[in-house]
Amino acid sequence: MRHSGQLIVILGMVALSACSGVEPWVKPYERAHLADPIMNFSRNPVSDNFGSHVYQVREGARGAEGGHGGGWGCK
Amino acid sequence: MGAAGAASERLRLTLWRTLRAAVATSPLALLVGSPSLDAGVLAEDRADALYHSYDGGGVEVNGPSILVRKGDNKQISGSLNYYVDSISSASVDVITQGSPYSEKRTEWSGSVDYLHADTTMTAGYTYSNESDYQANTFNFSISQSMFGELTTVTLGYSRGFDDISSNVDPAVDESADHQNYHVSLSQVLTKNLLLSLNYDAITDEGFLRNPYRHVYVLDDPNDPNSLANFNTPERYPSTRTSNALSANFLYYLPYRASLKLGYRYYADDWDISAHTVDLRYTHPLGGRWLFDIGARYYQQTHADFYADLFQRPDQQNFMARDKELSEFQDYSVGFGITYNLLKKPRGFIDKATLNFNYDRVWFKYDDFSDVSGGGLPAQAPLYEFDADVMRFYGSIWY
Repeated sequence: MRHSGQLIVILGMVALSACSGVEPWVKPYERAHLADPIMNFSRNPVSDNFGSHVYQVREGARGAEGGHGGGWGCK
Repeated sequence: MGAAGAASERLRLTLWRTLRAAVATSPLALLVGSPSLDAGVLAEDRADALYHSYDGGGVEVNGPSILVRKGDNKQISGSLNYYVDSISSASVDVITQGSPYSEKRTEWSGSVDYLHADTTMTAGYTYSNESDYQANTFNFSISQSMFGELTTVTLGYSRGFDDISSNVDPAVDESADHQNYHVSLSQVLTKNLLLSLNYDAITDEGFLRNPYRHVYVLDDPNDPNSLANFNTPERYPSTRTSNALSANFLYYLPYRASLKLGYRYYADDWDISAHTVDLRYTHPLGGRWLFDIGARYYQQTHADFYADLFQRPDQQNFMARDKELSEFQDYSVGFGITYNLLKKPRGFIDKATLNFNYDRVWFKYDDFSDVSGGGLPAQAPLYEFDADVMRFYGSIWY
């Protein structure tokens, strides 16, 4: 728990220190590809949640599933 | 959907909104198409009805899952999920230590998202019920979009309270608590590349073992011809702390397709460490078809109190013979097909799809033997099995 607290504090400090004067490096008119539905880590939550569940109950590892849920809030 | 998935979806919708604003008065607007994502950065209103099926290692699990999400298009969006696992089990553990059984698990979950400026707060609750296990989980998360909406940071916390009993031993009346600290970052790296970083710290406390499982112990460690028995229940530590960190990249290929690469590292204080790598390729065809193919590899070390065979019933404080705590690998390949039913919105339905996913998974254990035929692990083959995993579902957006 202490490690997670430290990580959260560090991330928060980095975020705050960088808040001022950052120019978006990808302009709004350059975002067509990123806004495409295929650019989604979890396009179908109901299906991805089931997929995560299949592995969670058969593997020792849990959490940080990455892009789709189940790892936290679903224990 | 987990906090990371929700954040990634909100990031994509935010990018869509800013793109739409940028091109609204330009000829590019025609290329981008008719926007239907008026929910701002709240998740889209949609409903899914899914049937799932798992068949492998003597275990069959199937059932429905219904997910409905609706918002006010401004500040609030809620979701409700109903999920059922109908289980019929004759697994290697059941065959060696018990008799086949059928079981049903029902899960209800609900969540509410509240959007204020660039901040989204989510509160949720999940209730899971089966004959010998009830779980109540509360979760809360907060997501902040920043840096010209190119970055989304999410912090989350969940707390779970489980009640455990046994269908064969009425004396079992136990509980377990779970806490999960989550932080994730969704980041636009270039106009074609997204990054999602996720970290979870999970602590468990209480009754963490399976009340039905026993360890395999020699009848007489001094007899070289000794057989073994399953008379000693497992003994687990009452706490477990784990850390998991993952990095996922999603890249837009020049011909409108995407490639996802993910890696996760996991370690806990039971001495299990694990690596997961997964790859997914998504390819649209025409205006109505979408194909996915994917592969995944996973490997883990065993828990420090795991053994295939113990010499004595009191050999050590903690003893386990759960194959999920052994050293093993699994790998899978799969595909998905999505068909868009509507060429244009009809009535209140903006979009409707039919979807099918199939995965084949192979499990290979390094220190878990199949002793269902009797005998000691030294004479028995190492256990392995494969599984078929299917999902068929329909989705509508409104």
